Amino acid sequence: MNDDILNAIEKKLGVSRRSFLQLCAAMAATMGLPKGAEAAIAQAIASPQRPPVIWLHFQECTGCTETLLRAEHPTLDKLILDIISLDYHETLFAAAGHQIEAARKASMTANKGKYLLVVEGATPMKDGGIYCKIGGQTAHDLLVECAADAAAIVAIGSCAAWGGMPSTSPNPTGSTGVPVLIKDKPVVTIPGCPPNPYNFLSTVVHFLTFKKLPDLDDKGRPKFAYGRLVHENCERRAHFDAGRFAQEFGDEGHRKGYCLYKLGCKGPETYANCPSILFGDVGSGSWPVGTGHPCIGCTEQGVGFQKPIHALAEVKSVVPPASYPRIVEEQGEGMTFGSAAALAGIAGLAAGAGATIARNLGKGGRDDHSAGKE
Amino acid sequence: MSKYAPLGGSLITRTTVIAGTLVAIMAGLVLYRFVFGLGAVTHMSNGYPWGLWIVYDVMIGTAFACGGYAMALVVYVFNKGEYHPLVRPALLASMFGYTLGGVSVIFDIGRYWNAWHLVTPGYANPTSVMLEVALCIMAYVLVMWIEFTPVFAEKWANAETKRKINKVLFVFIAVGVLLPTMHQSSLGGMMVAYGYWIHPLWQTDLVPLLYLISALAMGYSIVVFEATLVTSVYKRPSEGHLLASISTYILWLLVAYLVIRWADIAVQGKLGLVATSGRLSVMFLLENLLLGLPVLLLAGAARRAKAQIQFISAVCMLAGAGLYRIDGYLVAYNRPGWHYFPSLGEVMVTVGIIAFEVLAYIVFVKRLPVLHAAASPKDNQRAPHLAATTNK
Repeated sequence: MNDDILNAIEKKLGVSRRSFLQLCAAMAATMGLPKGAEAAIAQAIASPQRPPVIWLHFQECTGCTETLLRAEHPTLDKLILDIISLDYHETLFAAAGHQIEAARKASMTANKGKYLLVVEGATPMKDGGIYCKIGGQTAHDLLVECAADAAAIVAIGSCAAWGGMPSTSPNPTGSTGVPVLIKDKPVVTIPGCPPNPYNFLSTVVHFLTFKKLPDLDDKGRPKFAYGRLVHENCERRAHFDAGRFAQEFGDEGHRKGYCLYKLGCKGPETYANCPSILFGDVGSGSWPVGTGHPCIGCTEQGVGFQKPIHALAEVKSVVPPASYPRIVEEQGEGMTFGSAAALAGIAGLAAGAGATIARNLGKGGRDDHSAGKE
Repeated sequence: MSKYAPLGGSLITRTTVIAGTLVAIMAGLVLYRFVFGLGAVTHMSNGYPWGLWIVYDVMIGTAFACGGYAMALVVYVFNKGEYHPLVRPALLASMFGYTLGGVSVIFDIGRYWNAWHLVTPGYANPTSVMLEVALCIMAYVLVMWIEFTPVFAEKWANAETKRKINKVLFVFIAVGVLLPTMHQSSLGGMMVAYGYWIHPLWQTDLVPLLYLISALAMGYSIVVFEATLVTSVYKRPSEGHLLASISTYILWLLVAYLVIRWADIAVQGKLGLVATSGRLSVMFLLENLLLGLPVLLLAGAARRAKAQIQFISAVCMLAGAGLYRIDGYLVAYNRPGWHYFPSLGEVMVTVGIIAFEVLAYIVFVKRLPVLHAAASPKDNQRAPHLAATTNK
């Protein structure tokens, strides 16, 4: 990459080239991309052509947007708003009403087949989908309309991924996720409540850089982020393996940082990279289990918002044994009947023989004594 | 004419038959061990790499075998010639004790086929305390057999050869006094190397000194024990006056041992442990009781002259010092999570080794000029007949 482009980036983003290249390298590392990818990412981000993004909000709490706002590298304002062209976002746009709906339609027409659709929140389907309406349209109508010409769709948060919290039984509004409704296009899901902003950003940057989506698992989740169980990289894993569990909140084990499995931690059945990349950029321990609360499985359909928080997880990788090895295992062989009997016999014989000899000596002792004197 | 003479008499007695049977059992077990490995016969483990074989056959066995060393020290170093009659039988017992201790090391080491590495400079580890002990014991075994050559020479060689042997023998006698001083203390030194695995009551930097003192005392005790036994069993003239003097050595060595042992514990502030170590307290007190009893028994000159007192004291001393070694290396040796008690196989091999010593001793005293022939010609003539009939 030549200096002109880097200078242009410095001007455009207001960041030093060092910070910028560090960002690209961090992105590449998060996604587990090969060496050299950071240059491609830098090239893609530096490109003056900004991909348009349309961001829909349905049944949600805006937590996903909030978490994105708290990303530090890059910050949303410095990077996402400059790198991508955020043409429609209900939380962040300045305009309102018909004006913004017109902007959305204009962007969709202008960037037909090229824009990225991000969906936040679940889509209610019961009673014709009347439980969530924006600008007079139901969520489902909006989704179908926007998805039709989108290059790719990202369902951010558990609600968009499968229905999340709004779909919790008895699911009064019939909420469901994007992958259920949109079948003709690839849908990336970034579940989590909230999802980790870097998983979202990395997916977007991957799309920008390579013009394709990262590898996905069967639930549409990027494998770089959701390929492993929380349990696998958990900092408390050693306690699990050694059988040291917190039995209740505030007990000695809990205070000592033991495994939270018995408090209902869903780490063993939840796929996410929380223990690896943490939250909020504030250092170690900044994730639920790190602060002493069991994982609730928010990234996992059928676990988060469905299983009670206290319920035991179904351990997917390694099932804990009925009993645990002691820290010191008894080894070696002890007394056997034969050896004990033999030793006792020998001791008895020796004592008996010794006593007999001593008694006989006693009888002749004086003689010996006198003989010695002679 | 030598002052020593063979005892004579039949080699087939009840004792030798029983001893021979026990040796045969040992031979079978040892063969099994060499073919199928240590685990097949012993209870030794990675936590307890030293079991009964090392602790009894080497630690206690060689200390029992210090009779030769102890007598040589008195006769040749302190030049007390009157003890001469006791030297040869003591040396014989030492020779067997040490030789069999060395042999049982071969039984004990896992890869016995590498035993030759010990004497091969490129293979041996010169910083190992075990190497020092091993080489020292090997050298001493050799030296003892050389020291014993006059006995073979008297039976088979001519006068000229005997004269030549006697001319150079003093060198080997001197070395024979030096070597046990080295390795008997090193045997205790290895316990220091075990560090905190040994209970504090037994673990001290003075272990080498305590081992040396107790080994010397054991040497004199075994001389008393063996002389009393031979006198009693073969109805030989008593050497009571000599044994009484030797018992004095035992007395003072024991006093020195006990003072050092208890002062060391007191100085290190470990006296409380004597009462608070549970099972180990019992063992410690038993051990010290066995070592303290001879001091009380031997304290008066009149009592010391009694064969019965001499014998009981010697036996207590041997049992106490033996227990000191068993306690130090097995009972007070604590590897968390590991435990050990000798297997029947290990016990039978050790019994076999003792039986072999007894058997070989009987054969040697009956066929070679080991025992002193001076005292009473009448007794000496009767001896072969009596030995054959009264042998237990």
